[in-house]
Order: sequence, then C-alpha cells, then structure tokens
Amino acid sequence: MSDLARIVITGVGLTSPNGNDLKEFRANLLAGVSGVEDYHIRHVGDTVAGVCHFETTRYQNRREVRRGTRAGSISVYCAHESLLDAGLQLADLDKSRVGTYVGITEHGNVETESEVHEVSGYRFDLSFWSHHHNPRTVANNPAGEVTLNLGLTGPAYCLGGACAAGNLGLIQGAQMLQLGEVDVALAGGVSESIHTFGIFASFASQGALASHSDPTKASRPFDKARNGIVVSEGGCLFTLERRDDALARGARIYAELIGHAVNSDASDFVLPNPERQAECMRLALGRAKLRPEDIDIVNMHATSTELGDLQESEAVRAVFGAAPGVHVNNTKSFIGHTMGAAGALELAGNLGSFNDGIVHATINVDELDPGCALPGLVLGTPLQTEGIDTILNLSFGMLGINSAIIVRRPS
Amino acid sequence: MNREEVIQAVKDIITTIAPDEELDTLNSAERLRDQIELDSMDFLDIVMELRKRYGVQVPEEDYKKLASLDSCADYLGPKMADIELKAGV
Repeated sequence: MSDLARIVITGVGLTSPNGNDLKEFRANLLAGVSGVEDYHIRHVGDTVAGVCHFETTRYQNRREVRRGTRAGSISVYCAHESLLDAGLQLADLDKSRVGTYVGITEHGNVETESEVHEVSGYRFDLSFWSHHHNPRTVANNPAGEVTLNLGLTGPAYCLGGACAAGNLGLIQGAQMLQLGEVDVALAGGVSESIHTFGIFASFASQGALASHSDPTKASRPFDKARNGIVVSEGGCLFTLERRDDALARGARIYAELIGHAVNSDASDFVLPNPERQAECMRLALGRAKLRPEDIDIVNMHATSTELGDLQESEAVRAVFGAAPGVHVNNTKSFIGHTMGAAGALELAGNLGSFNDGIVHATINVDELDPGCALPGLVLGTPLQTEGIDTILNLSFGMLGINSAIIVRRPS
Repeated sequence: MNREEVIQAVKDIITTIAPDEELDTLNSAERLRDQIELDSMDFLDIVMELRKRYGVQVPEEDYKKLASLDSCADYLGPKMADIELKAGV
C-alpha cells in the first residue's frame, strides 16, 4: 500500500527576476546577481521592481497571452517547466488526477486598475468596460489558465494567503496528495503585483516602499539603511508526488516535505507578531519531529522593512538562539519581494544546497542592523558547508498569517 | 471610408484580437469563424474595438451581421462612410 503521508518534490518550474529556471536562478543566487531594476508605472512614476523576463510565448500563443492575465501566463510557464523538469509527459498523465494549487497574494487589482484607466478615457461610459474583466479577475484565474492551457481536468484553484501564499500552495498540494485526491500536484505561488500601481502606492503611503539610486541595492534586509520593500513579480510551481510513486517511476527527488505549519497572529492588519511567528516555527519543527539544532538553513521572510526584519529576527532568535550551527539567509535581497511566489521561489532557491552543500548568502548588507544580527546569518558571499540536510522556509503575510515549511534532503 | 477601407479596419482589429492568425488569405465571402479561430468573446472584442476606435455602435441583434468580411462591409459601410481609416493596428 502506498505511503500517503510522504510527499516529495520532483520538479521545479519557476520564473524569477534573476532567472527563468532553477539552474539559472540558483547560479545567480550563488553569484550574487540581483534581479531588481529601474521600473516605471503609471501614477507612481519611477521606482524599482523585480521584473521577470521569461519567454511568454513558449507555452502560450499570442492570443492566449492577450486573453489571459500576467499571473496566468506566469502560472502556465511554471506549470509546463515543472512537469518537464519532473520528467512527466502530459500525454502519459491521467489529467483528471493532476491538481493545481496556486498561492496568490492578491489577484484582480491589475486588471481592475487597467479597466478603470481605460474607461476613464471614455468618461466612465461603462459600455467601454471589458467583457474580459470577470474571467480575468476571478480569484481562481491563474490556476484556471493552467488547466485551460494544459488540458488538466483535476482540481485547480488559488489560495489567497498574502505573502505566505507560496507556502500555502505547497502545503495544499501536499495535503491533497496525502488525502489521495490527486496523484500529481502542481503547487506553489505566483505574483503579477508589479503591474498594479496600487501596491506601490500603498507601500509608499505606509512608508514601506524601497528606494535606492542603484536598483540592485534597493532590497537590503537586515541592513541598517534598509527603507522598504521592492515589489516583484514571479512564480514557482513545484511538481509534488507521493514518495512511493516517485520512487516507483525512478524520478529524481529534490526534497521531501517533512513538516509545515500555518497560524495567525490575531493582533494587527500589518504589524507582525514575533510570538506567533516563533510559535509557527515550533509547530513545524514539532510536526517534523526535529529540534531547532536539527535545522541547517533557515530562509527568512525578511522583506527589508524597518520593523518587519527586526521582529522576525526576534522570532528566529527565540527559536534558534540556542542553536548557533543553524545558517540563516534571505532571498529577497536578490529578487525583492515576489509576493505570492515568495515562499515557493525562496524554497526553490535553496534546494540546490542538498547537492552542493552551499548556503546562498544575503546580499546588500553593508552595515548589519544589530537587531538583526543572528548568529548564523550568511552575509555577502555564499558559505560552503560540509552538507545540508534540512531547510526551514518562512513566509509571513498581512492580516497576520504565518507559515513555515521544512524539507529534507532525499534519503 | 470606402468598402475596402472598412474591410481593412475590421482586419486591423482582428489582427489585434487574434494575433496568431493569417489574415491575408481570408475569403471575404466566407464566415470568419469557419476560417480562423474566433469565439464569442473575440466577437465581443471586435464590437468593443469598433466602438473604441471608430465610435460605431453595433447592437446585439446585429452581431450576426459581422459574420464575414463582406457582411461587415455591407453592414458597417454606411455607418463608417464619413469616418477616416485609422492607420495600422
């Protein structure tokens, strides 16, 4: 009988501001290459953002790209790349047994803003409002576009989880495999947020939008001069399978998911709560039957905001303070905050450690904020270790959603 | 706009809506949907673009008159006679 509980990652499909597949992404993380660039968006003007440069027509024709959304295109690209990477052929799959679980921070803002902008040019005569508005803005749009493009007939929907959403997609996919509802899960998260001016403007109003004369230095978690978030787009969908199924077909296994947790602060719309964050980490550790000192890499959520980085550092210190061997890094320093994609992308960027034993660094820390000076922080240059066996990946979001995922090197 | 220009205006719009299609070989007497991939949402796009680009209103009961390029020219010709063709797509 199949061991339903053990879930593994067998494929990775991604687009990030600094790479359009796992190999390129990992290489740039190890080489210290940022993907943040100068960016212009209406009403906000000149700012910085993480922009993806994947080939949109690799898996969609131009009509499909036009009909759908950016989040849809990112999802379609990631889904194809993930299945290819997993060595799974669409023709050989029972398409009714493939589930698609896409985490999103938000969806619909891009299209709504565009339509309002367009109709404003016609004095708000709503006969000029697009019939595409509803299908583009429904919350399942990105997952739905994957099913339309790949002909998948299994369950497909999105999980709204603010900036924890990428982890939520992964957790949902794993759980559906554990329940036996699907045999393959495409799971992770996506973001098209750089195409909505509202997200930039809202962070700016909150005093939390990054600015820097050099865009590649704008995202600087833990640095004393950090001044806010770099908004980025991106996507990462993992191919998940039950371990027995993966072993039976001789699949390459990147990692096994051994623990996860999601909890809520119940304390504020935007301010994090270190106590609940620490609780989330401990919950994941408990489910993985691990102690803090058993974790080799903690990939922090830190978004380069003044308070957020301090509070998360406090939470990580509370859990891992007595485990100085734990290495700590941050991926947003390279790619900015990819919102709904962040949890999945940042986990993907660390998977290579299981093979090469290297912990990718956190870049752009010129002067470490003492409040963020965690003992195992890997700063500036990658760290070669004697081997990495476990990774804990953190993603938190507004309204106080916390998530933690633990993966281990495949046995 | 003369008849040829009306047809050109419609083809320019279709180029935007269905950019993967080859339009040079379209038979103007045949139904568009029998020659290229166009669904009901695409037809609504054509109606929308006629409204946006040329201020032409096509009521729902007349949608069927946009079936072929010839029928487009027959139906839109009088509505677009005094309008200039806009360049390009």
